[in-house]
Amino acid sequence: MSLSFLTPEFIVLRDRERCNNCGLCIKLCSFQAHYYGEKQQRVVSDDKKCVNCQYCVVKCPKNALIVKKHPLEFRQHDYWNDTSIKDIYKQAETGGVLLTGMGNDKKFPIYWDKMVLNASQVTNPSIDPLREPMELKTFLGKKPSRLEVDNKGNLISHMPPQLELEIPVMFGGMSFGSISYNAFKALATAAKEAGTYFNTGEGGLHRDFYDFADNTIVQVASGRFGVNQEYLDHSAAVEIKIGQGAKPGIGGHLPGEKVGEEVSKTRMIPIGSDAISPAPHHDIYSIEDLRQLIYAIKETTDYKKPVLVKIAAVHNVAAIASGIARAGADIIVIDGFRAGTGAAPTRIRDNVGIPIELAIAAVDDRLKDEGIRNQVSIVASGGIRNSSDVIKAIALGADAVSIATAALVAMGCHMCQKCYTGKCNWGITTQNPELVKRLDPDEAARRLINLLRAWSIEIKEMLGGMGINAIESLKGNRLMLRGIGLSEVELKILGISHAGE
Amino acid sequence: MLKKEGQIRIPAGCAISGIMNKKGKRFSGEMIIDSISVMHERSNGLGGGFAAYGIYPDHKDSFAFHLFYDSKVAQRETEEFLKKYYDIELAEAIPTRKVSSIKDSPIIMRYFAKPKIDELYKSELNEDDFTVKFVFKVNNGIDGAFVVSSGKNMGVFKAVGYPEDVGEFYKLENMYGYIWTAHGRFPTNTPGWWGGAHPFNLLGYSVVHNGELSSYGSNREYLRQNGYKCSLQTDTEVVAYLFDLYYRKHKLPVDIVCKILAPPMWDEINRMPREQKRLYKSLRAVYGLGLMNGPFSVIISTDTGLIALNDRIKLRPLVVAKKGDMMFIASEESAIRAVCENPQKVWHPRGGEPVIELLDKTVSTYIEHKYIREVTA
Ligand code: SF4
Ligand code: SF4
Repeated sequence: MSLSFLTPEFIVLRDRERCNNCGLCIKLCSFQAHYYGEKQQRVVSDDKKCVNCQYCVVKCPKNALIVKKHPLEFRQHDYWNDTSIKDIYKQAETGGVLLTGMGNDKKFPIYWDKMVLNASQVTNPSIDPLREPMELKTFLGKKPSRLEVDNKGNLISHMPPQLELEIPVMFGGMSFGSISYNAFKALATAAKEAGTYFNTGEGGLHRDFYDFADNTIVQVASGRFGVNQEYLDHSAAVEIKIGQGAKPGIGGHLPGEKVGEEVSKTRMIPIGSDAISPAPHHDIYSIEDLRQLIYAIKETTDYKKPVLVKIAAVHNVAAIASGIARAGADIIVIDGFRAGTGAAPTRIRDNVGIPIELAIAAVDDRLKDEGIRNQVSIVASGGIRNSSDVIKAIALGADAVSIATAALVAMGCHMCQKCYTGKCNWGITTQNPELVKRLDPDEAARRLINLLRAWSIEIKEMLGGMGINAIESLKGNRLMLRGIGLSEVELKILGISHAGE
Repeated sequence: MLKKEGQIRIPAGCAISGIMNKKGKRFSGEMIIDSISVMHERSNGLGGGFAAYGIYPDHKDSFAFHLFYDSKVAQRETEEFLKKYYDIELAEAIPTRKVSSIKDSPIIMRYFAKPKIDELYKSELNEDDFTVKFVFKVNNGIDGAFVVSSGKNMGVFKAVGYPEDVGEFYKLENMYGYIWTAHGRFPTNTPGWWGGAHPFNLLGYSVVHNGELSSYGSNREYLRQNGYKCSLQTDTEVVAYLFDLYYRKHKLPVDIVCKILAPPMWDEINRMPREQKRLYKSLRAVYGLGLMNGPFSVIISTDTGLIALNDRIKLRPLVVAKKGDMMFIASEESAIRAVCENPQKVWHPRGGEPVIELLDKTVSTYIEHKYIREVTA
């Protein structure tokens, strides 16, 4: 084998004073970056193998380890920076497509951080959530434009099926296969406990989780893995996945190494086979085909469950969303370009799709202009990091958001972006039983519940500050937002004024 | 340069007052002037006004349009427009007297008019929708013209000034109505525009309102989708349109309308019996964008009655009293006691609990009575 030009991305610094050569890090690192150096007679590390997942750093009983970014050793060049050079080395060596995990990590503008919220002063009292009720309950689903009530106060109209959320935050689609059994279980448990929903992704639903049906959104994606009547029956709603923000335009890919016995049973595919879902649904080549699938699912589920359609935020997202609403979807999930994934081609992850903030505003505007906003709910996802992102998403026009990356981080993910290797040291995106064991599902569920609880308290405080005590009054209330450092065009698309205006 | 109301949103605090004779007996505007003037401190001289019902018995079947014009040009254009779509019975200046504190008066006119039958047919609208369309066209389309009120046998009288001065300006002591509402405004900006004063009116509905809606942005968007253009950017306009949408267009019972504007908390809904719970859940799910959030107390008047409503957690004051056939609503109890000695019943409705009184009969809503708190008069 020829010599690799690749230099390490990280350096593992071991404090020799502290390290007592216990060898724990050797056992822990699934990337085999630590080993016992016979020559040196002590534990040493191979920098090249380290992916900086910080697992050994956190677990070392002596706190002897530090992992740092490798200092840039290429000559400074703003255009040909180290990533672009190293990417070429990698491809020249392997001849393959560059793969990565998690979401777009490039320096695109983060609009969340360029918008600020309003608060009440004098003319309008702020409301103290510790003393007054503060309501976050949210319904997702098609709403009739009006209700009929008779003189005695009896409701005559029939309400279409709704998802009822105690907090406008759900867990986004993550399949059993891409994530571990324990991670999946933690998400299901937390969703149930917090009064929200988790999403099976395209990996089917393991029978063990049928008890969580009332909090489960089952996904029907292009590979149709694990889809059958029983699957659809054990759900609160069904999501048709057309695309995802991390890799718009292409299908899913679960490497065979991650397909063990349980995953194989759940997906209904042979053990060890790659689970590759095609880029398009092979029965959807146009909007009318989508309509047929939506209604096929509604028929199968007796019109008792809302149908979601998930798309990646792309250039024409507003028109596409309008088509989806007209095709009969009850909820549209828009996934922005910061969305994470288990495995995606790097070039696609980093270069395809648009920011979710702009997509929400554009879709909300379009549906309103067409007078069909009430026919469909909007769920925004793809890189929601904290409660203020949630508030801003709703003020821009979303009904609720989904989080996935943030949920993984809550469980321990350290953003090494190596999910596609199946070697996640944190037991999250792996199927290796030894690694899976590292994630205690009860502990992980508790962390997720804590996260949602913390966010809901923060959301209530911000709402109260705005003088609002029910989340519906924030929906599309863009007067509550002001932009900072944004251009006219950006402000226009977001439909907000500049700070100071 | 200061922007005119409508170009910007101006928050305001206020005094409100409403009086009704349930038997429909008419009484002079003096009473409501006396009531609202007690609350002088609650306004700052930048807006005051009155709505009066039953004042035009001789023209009770015609729409009574009250108009403000900034110029003769605007007047001519509007009158042309009015003539095209309506048969005008009478056009005249609204009588006023000079009051030192009221300045910069626009041209103030009133017209009693009926839609032209052939135009009505052509439009395929009913009389009310036809008139709403007309009002929106004038207010948004003719520069310098503003329809102050457009109901039948009723009218709105408003100006920039303290309400008692406005009453004097319009000689309201000579007017007789069976329902009166009044408003004194405390805007946080100085627009100096007469149209921005309250009451706000559309057809037979008038709204006087004290408060600021934090949900304004959502409410306005929702109304826009339902065909209402909020041209004034005032919260009061939002209240009037929401009421019109739910009551007139969606034909919902009036107590239900109030429960959309200020819905019960989820805690309360969860304790309701099954059917009622289903109703309230659906109301909140479907009409969530019609929820008026933030502090308000509001009096909505129609030709058939008065409705008083507070925000859900009662962030603004509202008192109701009764004596014989008379019913009183005001921001402060003093404003009631100033015109009604020894009321039989005085109570402070709870947040979100509407008080609905119709002419000649009390509508017993299943919500109203259990929350009435008797206080010794
Ligand atoms: S890959 Fe993770 S566990 Fe292995 S050396 Fe690097 S930081 Fe430590
Ligand atoms: S889930 Fe695991 S492999 Fe993926 S980024 Fe997080 S720590 Fe790394």
